[in-house]
Amino acid sequence: MSMKILVPIKRVVDYNVKIRVKADNSAVELDNVKMSMNPFDEIAVEEAVRLKEAGVAVEVVVVTCGIAAAQDILRSALALGADRAILVEVDVAQSETLQPLAVAKLLKALVGQEQPGLVICGKQAIDDDANQTGQMLAALQGWPQATFASKVVIADGKATVTREVDGGLETLAVTLPAVISTDLRLNEPRYATLPNIMKAKKKPLNILTAASLGVDVAPRLITRSVNEPPKRTAGIRVGDVAQLVDKLKNEPKII
Amino acid sequence: MTVYVAPVKDLMFVLEEVAGLDEVAALPGCEEVGIELVSAVLEEASRLAEEVIAPLNKISDQQGATCANYEVKTSPGFKDAYKQFADGGWIGLTCDPEFGGQGLPHLLSIPVGEIWNSACTAFALCPMLTSGAIEALSHHASDDLKARYLPKMISGEWTGTMNLTEPNAGSDLAAVRTRAVPANDGSNAYLISGTKIFITYGEHDYTDNIIHLVLARLPDAPAGVKGISLFVVPKFLLNSDGSAGARNDAKCVSIEHKMGIHGSPTAVMAFGEETGAVGHLVGEANRGLEYMFTMMNNARLSVGLEGVGIAERAYQQTLSYAMERIQGRVAGREGTLPIAYHPDVRRMLMSMRSQTEAMRALVLVAAASLDKAARCADAGERKRHQARIDLLIPVAKGWCSEQANEIAYTAVQVHGGMGYIEETGVAQYQRDARITTIYEGTTGIQANDLMGRKVARDGGAAANALILEMVATAVQAQGVTELTSMGDGLAGGVADLKAATDWIVENYVSNTASTLLGSVHYLKLFGTVAGAWLLVRSSIAAQARLVAGNGDAAFCRQKIGTTRFYIDQVLPLTASLLLMLKRGTSSLDAADLALS
Repeated sequence: MSMKILVPIKRVVDYNVKIRVKADNSAVELDNVKMSMNPFDEIAVEEAVRLKEAGVAVEVVVVTCGIAAAQDILRSALALGADRAILVEVDVAQSETLQPLAVAKLLKALVGQEQPGLVICGKQAIDDDANQTGQMLAALQGWPQATFASKVVIADGKATVTREVDGGLETLAVTLPAVISTDLRLNEPRYATLPNIMKAKKKPLNILTAASLGVDVAPRLITRSVNEPPKRTAGIRVGDVAQLVDKLKNEPKII
Repeated sequence: MTVYVAPVKDLMFVLEEVAGLDEVAALPGCEEVGIELVSAVLEEASRLAEEVIAPLNKISDQQGATCANYEVKTSPGFKDAYKQFADGGWIGLTCDPEFGGQGLPHLLSIPVGEIWNSACTAFALCPMLTSGAIEALSHHASDDLKARYLPKMISGEWTGTMNLTEPNAGSDLAAVRTRAVPANDGSNAYLISGTKIFITYGEHDYTDNIIHLVLARLPDAPAGVKGISLFVVPKFLLNSDGSAGARNDAKCVSIEHKMGIHGSPTAVMAFGEETGAVGHLVGEANRGLEYMFTMMNNARLSVGLEGVGIAERAYQQTLSYAMERIQGRVAGREGTLPIAYHPDVRRMLMSMRSQTEAMRALVLVAAASLDKAARCADAGERKRHQARIDLLIPVAKGWCSEQANEIAYTAVQVHGGMGYIEETGVAQYQRDARITTIYEGTTGIQANDLMGRKVARDGGAAANALILEMVATAVQAQGVTELTSMGDGLAGGVADLKAATDWIVENYVSNTASTLLGSVHYLKLFGTVAGAWLLVRSSIAAQARLVAGNGDAAFCRQKIGTTRFYIDQVLPLTASLLLMLKRGTSSLDAADLALS
């Protein structure tokens, strides 16, 4: 099989950073904040690289849509074992309003160019937690999708995907090409080795623009205001179990 | 459980603005070393250090290495972590690409080394010693020995050790008694016999083989330092295909019970108790000590770096505690507050932080000199940088290790009673830091080296060249409105350093003993001023970034604040150090009187 895997990744505020809202409530503060690859996307890269190492795929292509600085996460993915990278570059203003539908359209255009047999993406990005891009791409492309994967087996032109759903585990078989989105327990991403970090520098990284892909990335949704979640207020101490039960039964919105 | 976060932002700032990353990247063979690569390497090293190595630090203190039946069991988790470390290719960072290394400069290995040392000094020692052994073999061994040993040491499949010290040969290696005799079996092998002590990772359970480099005397060797040869003695002899074969007669008979770095097995090695340990001569006979000294600069810089690593970790844990621990009222503020708001605690925190940042800058600047001394195309430039690195090494080793002890002491002090309780985990830093002023040459040895070989011998030429650069920095700061007073402060400190240097040049030959009485004072004076110089340079760059609106404004303001604190509260020590230095003659008399 000579399958190519496309892995879309996103540059987000590092998971260790405490999120702050900009003073004008327009967005989350990104200036001088440590940025890294979305953790779910790292799992997607790892899965694709493992499929290549297992001989299931022959090439792993990573792509991100973002500002020029997003090349750093592409290099990280190349250091983990991806073969080449594509940056669909947008300017800072566009990147602030780049929404899942626009990204899905950009990815559809890239799927047209690259003809992958499989797209593996993170189930959601930890910045806006939209959980939409993979699903939208599958719909636009008319491909089957298997989201929240905790296990992926590729055989006979099909992906057998174990999914983590509320009630437990569900197993789906989807015909390739397809879109798979990764859940947390699919794998544990490796650490990049020093030799691979060095090699990543020399791997191809192609820069495209939204216009060259014929995609309009104008936002369809408007953000009115971004605010900190309300501070937790102090609780009250109940005298006994009866009082607790009474409050649970009768006070509005307590559960 | 303490969380460690590698100070990548400060490391990158110092690399770019103070240590001259761009200059090192312009050296032959360093073309790859751009900001993106350095940042990618530091980020990945941080992940491995923070997630895999740092969590082992406290466990390794509580459950150190153990030894039984000539075998050593390392602390819980160390073996797996070592495998990840070796698989990551980190041991080969600066090594020759011909043998599987990455050929990167010290300016990259030193910041990465700080991160390993902060994560767990006891763990970082094994790769540090392996690197030293690799370097010795790379520079001096025959092509055959290199081909047999280097690839597997660089990949981390085997580790390396340095066997110098003996019970009666510590700081004075001229007293080495371990013997080497030709095996006379038709091979070019030697049989080694003798006891070596303080052998870091002399035995462990990480790898299939351990490669010992051993100093020993040949039968016809001249007495003293010119009669010592260097041998490579593997734990398992090598088969003809290069794999590990029969057990060699080189055994770890016990490991030491130490004050700190419990995770690092410190072996007593018995060579040749039965048939003689088979070894091969590295380079030429009787030049072993000279070979050791070619890598002494790196080894000593690495110990200074351990000090930086421990200091950074101690500061992080202490700051976090001081921000959480609510106790007492603070003058001029309402209610109860974390102890970090008490003025005296603020002083302690800033003393830790400002000195740690100064120490970091000093070892990074020294690392850049190491690279330039080795790689500059022009021979004159190489020589100039060699003089600089020779001057800076005893300062970086001696001052950073001494200050790390002070910082670790302060870390315990900020924690109060909890600091004295082992469970808190901060006493470990004080115990771990304690060795850094002792091994690879005590502070006294560093200070004598600085005063005698590095300053007096060339009539202060290398020191004065550096002092001129310091003066230029002070003048530059005086010309920046926001930094005038820190420029004035630096100028005062540099004047003390200049006076001390002149005094040494005048008095060393005629009055060596009384000059040497103050050698540690001079070393500390030198380090304190060098730290101020590099912090002021950092602040000049930070101020320029602020004006240009370029980069992280909060970080730049913090750097300026940290420098101001250091200039106000650390640098004034130079006046008393100078005074004490100059009283050497009278103090030596006093000591002679009292100790008679």
